[in-house]
Amino acid sequence: MTDADITVAASSRTITYRDAMREALRDALLRDERVFLMGEDVGCYGGCYAVSKGLYDEFGPDRIRDTPLSESTFVGAGIGAALNGMRPIVEIMTVNFSLLALDQIVNNAATLRHMSGGQVSVPVVFRIPTGAGRQFAAQHSHSLEGWYAHVPGLRVVAPATLEDARGMLWTALQDPDPVVMFEHVMLYNMEGTLAATTGPVDIDRAAIRRPGTDVTLITYGGSLSKTLAAAEALAADTISAEVVDLRSLRPLDGETVLASVARTRRAVIVDEGWRTGSFAAEVSARIMEGAFWSLDAPVARVCTAEVPIPYPRHLEQAALPQPAAIVAAVKALMGA
Amino acid sequence: MSDQSPAPHAKPHLTRDHLLDLLRQMVRIRRFEERCGELYQQEKIRGFLHLYIGEEAVAAGVMGCLHPEDAVVATYREHGHAILRGVPMTAVMAEMYGKAEGCSRGRGGSMHLFNVGTRFFGGNAIVAGGLPLAVGMALADRMRGRPRVTACFFGDGAVAEGEFHESLNLAALWKLPVLFVCENNLYAMGTRLDRAQSQTDLHLKAAVYQVASEAVDGMDVVAVEAAARRMTDAIRDGAGPQFLECRTYRFRAHSMFDPQLYRDKAEIEDWKRHDPVARLSAWMRETGMLHDADLPAIERETEAEIEAAVAFAEAGQWEPVEDLAKDVYTREVHP
Repeated sequence: MTDADITVAASSRTITYRDAMREALRDALLRDERVFLMGEDVGCYGGCYAVSKGLYDEFGPDRIRDTPLSESTFVGAGIGAALNGMRPIVEIMTVNFSLLALDQIVNNAATLRHMSGGQVSVPVVFRIPTGAGRQFAAQHSHSLEGWYAHVPGLRVVAPATLEDARGMLWTALQDPDPVVMFEHVMLYNMEGTLAATTGPVDIDRAAIRRPGTDVTLITYGGSLSKTLAAAEALAADTISAEVVDLRSLRPLDGETVLASVARTRRAVIVDEGWRTGSFAAEVSARIMEGAFWSLDAPVARVCTAEVPIPYPRHLEQAALPQPAAIVAAVKALMGA
Repeated sequence: MSDQSPAPHAKPHLTRDHLLDLLRQMVRIRRFEERCGELYQQEKIRGFLHLYIGEEAVAAGVMGCLHPEDAVVATYREHGHAILRGVPMTAVMAEMYGKAEGCSRGRGGSMHLFNVGTRFFGGNAIVAGGLPLAVGMALADRMRGRPRVTACFFGDGAVAEGEFHESLNLAALWKLPVLFVCENNLYAMGTRLDRAQSQTDLHLKAAVYQVASEAVDGMDVVAVEAAARRMTDAIRDGAGPQFLECRTYRFRAHSMFDPQLYRDKAEIEDWKRHDPVARLSAWMRETGMLHDADLPAIERETEAEIEAAVAFAEAGQWEPVEDLAKDVYTREVHP
């Protein structure tokens, strides 16, 4: 082992997305006594996806707060606690369950500031696992991020990398308004290296994850790795794809998207939501409004098939956006 | 309901000054709302308007038991609560008009009165939607060691909602300092209690969640106040949440759009015999605590206050359209 290797080892470490998220939670709990985590089985059980494992023992039942199965009320309680000086992190076990709390999120968290004439802020963070791939079937596997992104008053973010898993939470907690953070369930086991110094990151801007010149692939969350795989496959066919990770769905960083599309003149949007009324539709419309005259081809979308996500693996995978479908969509645009 | 005298245990506190104040508070919100009804006919107030007339004893009885640092979460029938909590009548009336000088800058209107200065947190128009908020506010106080009470008002309709049951359970489980005040006016909009509830003794529902609960005659301000005082004292002593069911009645329609096809005029007239304002003043007169000049003086002061509120609202400004998107977020965000 050389000195250089030792330096690398000391300044970075191998970590999973789950562990990065747990570090972010622990860091927030240590840094701000107003922060607490609340949700179903976040405490004794260690979190449905083991994200909060160990935190109950370290911080106790007051700050790692197990709730009854009362989504609407513990979400509303998070909003109330935020109104009254706390910085709650509320975990909702899966996006499908968040529908039971949609009233509180849409009718209260998102409205209270504007409706009260700017008197209150609601500094709460909702952490919501989302997406398919684990054969959890049609009531635990959907991608409803686009619904939340529809609502003024909310911020919606989707950490797709280890850096974002580690860094978005603290920034979200500093935000005075409600932030909905979607964690794709297939990312939790993703492993990679993370610099020891990794800290808070912005939650406003999209990021170019791979530069390219021929086509812009726009995605977020759990579809990022599939999109990068597609870009790699396209490179083998001498098609240079730029990959934009939106990171934030609301606000949407149109500037980064439009600048990329203006360079590449083609766009494909990859979104695990259903095509009809999807977030991809919004991105597509923004491109039409802002970059229509730059386009060499119609904007294309690769979305989930319009079915409830089925249980058997072959059908589940057939329903979801896949690298092959992304490659095919790009080639269709390129006439290749 | 037929008992026309106040609850006996409360009598030691019943000084003339205190009773006059309760009477004054009920008259203030009664006359304010009557004026709002007229202003609605004149199209000065638009949208929904839900009048509290007939139910004044509940807000008047509870509000005096709260401290300035306590919090109030109310419903869309909350004008009286806001005024009795101390939100200036001028700011409430301007809000009814939708003027920028309103307590919510005119954005909320009748159903969404907010005033952080008096810790009045709405003005919540999703039935039962305020209960989880109250639970969370109390949780924050509990976690920060602040000896405060959150008073949460809601109607009998809210008892049918899941959030009612979830909130009672959670508040009891975590022993949170919430005073749940159920204003049981017998109708969820037009659906009578016994057409919506298998168990019409609502306080029993709270009891099964281990929440100390009690039902009182909600037309008797003294009875309401006595119960609310006991319950807020218990909460401050660390006894956890309390549930107060106030059996009351609204004399007016659910909203200004309601033709009241679901109830008989005779039923309304029957309840009007229990009018909380008339009842308290009659009892005070009988016991020599109301002097001939008292009520006219209260009416004069109230009229002057309402006239000033109307003038304030009339003179108010419309929020500039350029500010439409202001305060969607605390920091500027371009979607």
